Amino acid sequence: MNSKLDVNVKKYSNHSQEKLDRKTTKKVLLRLTKYVFKHWKLFILAIIFTLASNQLALMGPEYSGNAIDAINNKGGVDFDSVYYNVVMMLICYIISGVLAYILAVTMIKLSQKIVYTMRKEVFEKLNTLPVTYFDKNTTGDIISRISYDVDTINSTLSHDLVQVMTSVYTVVGALIFMIRISIPMLIIFCITVPVSIIFTKYRSKKVRPLFRKRTRALGELNGFAEEMLSGVSTIRAYGTEDVISKRFNEHNNSAMDDYYKADYYGAALGPGVNFINNLSVSMIMILGGILYMFSSNGTVAQASIFFITLGGVSKFVLYSRKFAGPINEFANILHELQSCFSAAERIFRLIDEEPEPKDVENPLPLDNVVGKVEVKNLNFGYTADKLILKNISFTADPGKTVAIVGPTGAGKTTIINLLMRFYDANSGSIELDGKNILHLPRKKLRKAYTMVLQDTWLFSGTILENIRYGKENATFEEVCAAAKAAKIHNFIESLPSGYNTMITDDGVNISKGQKQLITIARAMLSDAPMLILDEATSNVDSRTEIKIQEAMAKLMQGRTSFVIAHRLSTIEKADLILVIEGGTITESGTHAQLMQKGGFYSALYNSQYK
Amino acid sequence: MRRVMSYLGVYKFSIALGTLIKVLASVAELLLPIVLSHILKNVVGSESVTDIVLWGLLMVLLSFLACIMNITANRMAAKVSMLFARRVREDLFKKSMELNAKSIDKFTIPSLQSRVTTDTYNVHSFVNMMQRIGIRAPILLLGGVVVTLIMDPFLSLTMIVLLPPIFVTVYFISRRGVPLYVKVQGSVDKMVGVVREDAQGIRVIKALSKNEYENNRFDAVNAGLSQDEKHAGTVTSVVNPAMNLFMNCGIIAVVALAAFRVNGGKSDPETVIAFMQYFTLISNAMMGVSRIFVMYTKCSASARRIAEVLDAQNDLVVDQTLPSTEEPYEIVFDNVSFSYNGVKEQLKNINLKLKKGQKLGIIGATGSGKSTFIKLLMRFYDADEGTIRISGRDIRSYTREELTSLFGVCLQNDFLYSDTVSENISFTREANIDEIMKATQIAQADDFICNFAEGYEHVLTQKATNISGGQKQRLLISRAVLKKPEILILDDSSSALDYKTDAKLREALGREISDSTVITVAQRVSSIKHCDVIMVLEEGEIVSMGDHEYLMTNCPEYKEISDSQMGGAFIE
Repeated sequence: MNSKLDVNVKKYSNHSQEKLDRKTTKKVLLRLTKYVFKHWKLFILAIIFTLASNQLALMGPEYSGNAIDAINNKGGVDFDSVYYNVVMMLICYIISGVLAYILAVTMIKLSQKIVYTMRKEVFEKLNTLPVTYFDKNTTGDIISRISYDVDTINSTLSHDLVQVMTSVYTVVGALIFMIRISIPMLIIFCITVPVSIIFTKYRSKKVRPLFRKRTRALGELNGFAEEMLSGVSTIRAYGTEDVISKRFNEHNNSAMDDYYKADYYGAALGPGVNFINNLSVSMIMILGGILYMFSSNGTVAQASIFFITLGGVSKFVLYSRKFAGPINEFANILHELQSCFSAAERIFRLIDEEPEPKDVENPLPLDNVVGKVEVKNLNFGYTADKLILKNISFTADPGKTVAIVGPTGAGKTTIINLLMRFYDANSGSIELDGKNILHLPRKKLRKAYTMVLQDTWLFSGTILENIRYGKENATFEEVCAAAKAAKIHNFIESLPSGYNTMITDDGVNISKGQKQLITIARAMLSDAPMLILDEATSNVDSRTEIKIQEAMAKLMQGRTSFVIAHRLSTIEKADLILVIEGGTITESGTHAQLMQKGGFYSALYNSQYK
Repeated sequence: MRRVMSYLGVYKFSIALGTLIKVLASVAELLLPIVLSHILKNVVGSESVTDIVLWGLLMVLLSFLACIMNITANRMAAKVSMLFARRVREDLFKKSMELNAKSIDKFTIPSLQSRVTTDTYNVHSFVNMMQRIGIRAPILLLGGVVVTLIMDPFLSLTMIVLLPPIFVTVYFISRRGVPLYVKVQGSVDKMVGVVREDAQGIRVIKALSKNEYENNRFDAVNAGLSQDEKHAGTVTSVVNPAMNLFMNCGIIAVVALAAFRVNGGKSDPETVIAFMQYFTLISNAMMGVSRIFVMYTKCSASARRIAEVLDAQNDLVVDQTLPSTEEPYEIVFDNVSFSYNGVKEQLKNINLKLKKGQKLGIIGATGSGKSTFIKLLMRFYDADEGTIRISGRDIRSYTREELTSLFGVCLQNDFLYSDTVSENISFTREANIDEIMKATQIAQADDFICNFAEGYEHVLTQKATNISGGQKQRLLISRAVLKKPEILILDDSSSALDYKTDAKLREALGREISDSTVITVAQRVSSIKHCDVIMVLEEGEIVSMGDHEYLMTNCPEYKEISDSQMGGAFIE
């Protein structure tokens, strides 16, 4: 549900279409063209189908006009000619129809190939981006690019592209046919084309902004309804349903007003298009009727440009429709194309995002990690003038436990991120087994750690897959052993599908605490020499925590461990406790040393007995 | 469908008038080809330019009238459907707010959300389209058929033959398309799901170097989505070319047969031209009719879902005849048992007597029934067995207003919404800024609120993602203590506070609202050890009850928890 909401909210804001400048449009267009040309065979096929299908469709009215002339023949119906024209019409329309279908399918194929590639590129790019990218951009924003923006491009490619080609061809083609029928009658377009243009302007200037506003208002209404419904039990607990309902009604009223306003002006669109069509038919009747009258009584000679037959009038009506259609649609298509370019630009911007810097050339080898970590004079900030960590130095000996404590926002998790090279320090160094981690291959460095984080991250797959995620070749017995150690085996076994239970988004069947135990089991499977526990048991209730303490101790045994925890019982036993406040280490030492010192740590420790 | 459509009753005159205008507009449109054929057949023969121009202007006039009337009717339809949707949505939302907890469990919140939003929207646009195309299309269809039958029944019949295939093509293919696009939507959700997981778990993925694995996982859903989109597109793309082909075949048939008719003197070429006009009109109308059928399918499902909520029964009946007893207790649980689904008992034989002003602490593992206890006390559900009394009265005899006015609550994962801090605290109740500030002082929230640039006018994001867990809890406690409630309920609501703040909070509560009965649910012994009575729950049953000292010596489970928590919390 939420995923939809994110996307929706994004959708609405995207609608406030930023227009691209000419240079960017050109670049985006060029790049889109490259995607299309990668499948040039399909594209050329599509062009051929478009031209052929439209040419045949244009020839239809020609034959029907000829047939009418043959029926209206002065010396009686000319059956041979009627048959010929009818058969030709039939052939034209059937082939045109079949081609139009093949064309539609071809374009779907083409656009799906492109869209598939784009999504793939975006996703694969995501995995190479530095962690900071995900800190700066919301998940909703990323999702909106890969779903909504890609979808916009999809519909443009599979639909609008053909329509552009068709429109141009039809307008030009219809015009040529009409010139051949009667040049004087073209004067009618001096009236209908300006009317169309006024109408189009009305549509894009007056109606479209109203519809945008209406979409936004509906989005807000939906947002309000969804938010309030999610708090329905609290609202009932406080008995404030009436006030909330009243507020909802205000949102509802204003959204419905916007809805109505858009509909009010939008109501003119359909009848407007019909009117333009009917107007042009009426004008053709007046002018065509007069010309036909003079032509049939002989006032106008057959060779004159004013000459017209009954079939000619009929043809002209049909062609004028073909001519007017695309012109009415022109503004719409233009708008679609603009949305497509903005969407493409946003996608390209993501694809062009700077990935994590490459490993250094000839990185130092990293095998048989012992797990000695030395941090020297470390400084870090997203911007150089605003440091989050200042002059951090400490040493973690192999197999020992380092606990980090301090208030929220002090920079505890940042240290973890630096150890694993999710970020790189501005200055100072971190050495693993005496080697600067900047000179190590990232993959191997990260694999040297196993971790349990506060966010219990599981993906939608079976429990088995989730536990095995860290070690794909683990046997089922190993998985069970890890689950047993994490005290989650019995629970898993009690589920109807056991280890093959799917973990779903709404996760009704599995509590947050149980999810965390699964991530602990995942960590248990790993044979990495170093361990990171970032609030690893924050979602587990006390009684369960007691049960897994033994397992956690086993997990830490023999591993260099970095622990951020809120329960002092874990921290107490650490070999080194670092107190971080405002980005610097203010106290460090063992529990006994810090208690003796009587600083921040001892104050916190004592507050629990108040 | 009928239930929801009954909302339209009020607007029947407006709808009738709109329909009338729409009919007139359609008649004007139907007259056009007749005039056209008349000009070609009779007026041209009269050799008068003025006549041709006049008849031509009549066509312009008719087109114009049709246009104006259609616009008017469309606007009326828009108004009616807007008013209709507004009322449906209003009632639906109100009803959703009033549903009892059991119904909410049954419907689920996401489903209620989509009923208020998507389903109402579907019904709205159906009512709107129904009044526009729904009236216009059948009239044009019927009128067109009648007119052509009068002009030339033989030619007309050839067109009528083509109507069923047009209907079948559009209706059935569009209908087949619906589940295909539902499938596409499912695949989109799957694709989005993987991206979401990836973005959220990027640290784990990078730590375990699972790029390849993730790329493969995405590739599978990506390819699946492409496949589904291709399939849906391939099926629905048949409609347009097929429609065009049918329409053109009709024209061809008319031309071919007309040759014989004209030859036999039964018809004339001018009629054929008029027929071509009618044929476009009729087949477009036919397409409209089939679209309505498709929309109807979609709408009736939505209408049914809306009606389900509107008709939901409230089984939490207030019975004011229930006898009340004189007893010296504020809250009494008398042998209460409860189960959500009738299978597993969430609470078993709960007995409790609490005097006014006493403090009760509840502790126990996840799923032991702590929150269920609270929900029963507030009558979100009715107990299956036993009675619950407040001040000697069975809670089933309280009206909802009476009952809710007793409580100040802070529930687990409670609700903060996108509005200002002060609005979130007052929570629509009337309260001046002094009262609010007093509440925040008790809840230890005034410090951080004052640190916001806008202070109490600081606007929270949805789900309050712009403040920390501890700050959220303190805002919720502020809300709960705002009106100095008779009974204050704090369900696991200080878990994210550090020990210092938690201690200060308890101290302030004891000082400022000592008259209130307070029920505290907690994981942390330190949060409840000062309570007069502590209830230890396990698997829905009371294991032991007493004060801290008593439990430390008599309740091994309690002692175990307490010992393990030697050492506090540093969060925040």
